[in-house]
Amino acid sequence: MQRTFISSLIGLALLGAASLAQAQVTVAEPWVRATVAGQQATGAFMALQSTDQAKLVGVRSPLTQQAEIHEMVMDKDVMRMRQVQHIDLPAGKAVELKPGSYHIMLMGLKQQVNAGSNVDLTLLIETAAGQKQEIAVRAPVRALNAKSGQGHHDGHGHKAH
Amino acid sequence: MKASHPRRRLLLGLLATPFVLAACKDSTPKQAAFSNLEGVNLSSADFGKDFALTDTEGQRRTLADYRGKVVLIFFGFTQCPDVCPTALTRAVDIKEQLGKDGDKIQVLFISVDPERDSNELLRAYMQAFDPGFVALRPTQEELAKTAQDFKVFYQKVPTGSSYTMDHSALTYVYDTHGKLQIALRHTQTTEEAVADLRQVLALSH
Ligand SMILES: [Cu+2]
Repeated sequence: MQRTFISSLIGLALLGAASLAQAQVTVAEPWVRATVAGQQATGAFMALQSTDQAKLVGVRSPLTQQAEIHEMVMDKDVMRMRQVQHIDLPAGKAVELKPGSYHIMLMGLKQQVNAGSNVDLTLLIETAAGQKQEIAVRAPVRALNAKSGQGHHDGHGHKAH
Repeated sequence: MKASHPRRRLLLGLLATPFVLAACKDSTPKQAAFSNLEGVNLSSADFGKDFALTDTEGQRRTLADYRGKVVLIFFGFTQCPDVCPTALTRAVDIKEQLGKDGDKIQVLFISVDPERDSNELLRAYMQAFDPGFVALRPTQEELAKTAQDFKVFYQKVPTGSSYTMDHSALTYVYDTHGKLQIALRHTQTTEEAVADLRQVLALSH
């Protein structure tokens, strides 16, 4: 399976000297699970890789006010889900947000999320030097019964703005 | 607000205990001889015998309604970002891989979040996977009792201005006579689950 890593570094407007300590963060295969009518939460998944030490510290989405970073763990056959303050992105190492692990939890959805549409997400990244970056991601929506870890291509549904 | 509550540890310990006890019991009339199960052998378990809950159409249901079927029971909630949809998707794949034996499988989804899981929502959620899947919506009292009867753990966990649910992610499997035989672990692949289920299906021959 071949992966397409697309650089989606953006939003450096707030920052001065762009040459220093700028972690290049790439986002691969983002997707959001579809919901049925009335369902108020869903998960967003993707693989992140940063050139330099950084961390994912937050997420925004027009779909909801309440987007959180969660970790799911299986503890003796019990599923436990916890909000985490950040996800470390070690230099040069891919970090997967996938079912059974980290994910972005979108709660209090304003509308149904339909398969085939796209969800806009803004990832908030903090570099080791404490600089903030924003990354715009357009995540294709997969069917509610999409297989986990399927990793198929949904076209090139995300891009930097 | 990182959580490591001692109370949870305790509850988890309680959850694990019955399996150990069950292994030493000799109350089974017909002991199934499973070989190489990936799941948990519950053929001599003294719990999870039955339930009485209302489905999304308002029908009162018990295990007796599904005699002749191999029943798969999963506890979960529709706001779940991955474990529940993954388990239900696996159930769809299991039915498919079983071929014509797939018709003998009945999936029941018991909500651990009846507060938010309305009948309409549960119905739509089941439809998205398989129109044959049935969701049961307990009252809070029924949920507490059923969870106790099935040694299932569930707990509300606050997050931001909302909450999520921790819950057991085992799928209980009953033979065609309504007797609990095994539990599928969440981590089992479809293929591993199918191999286990073929052994349960074979019990009815
Ligand atoms: Cu769940």
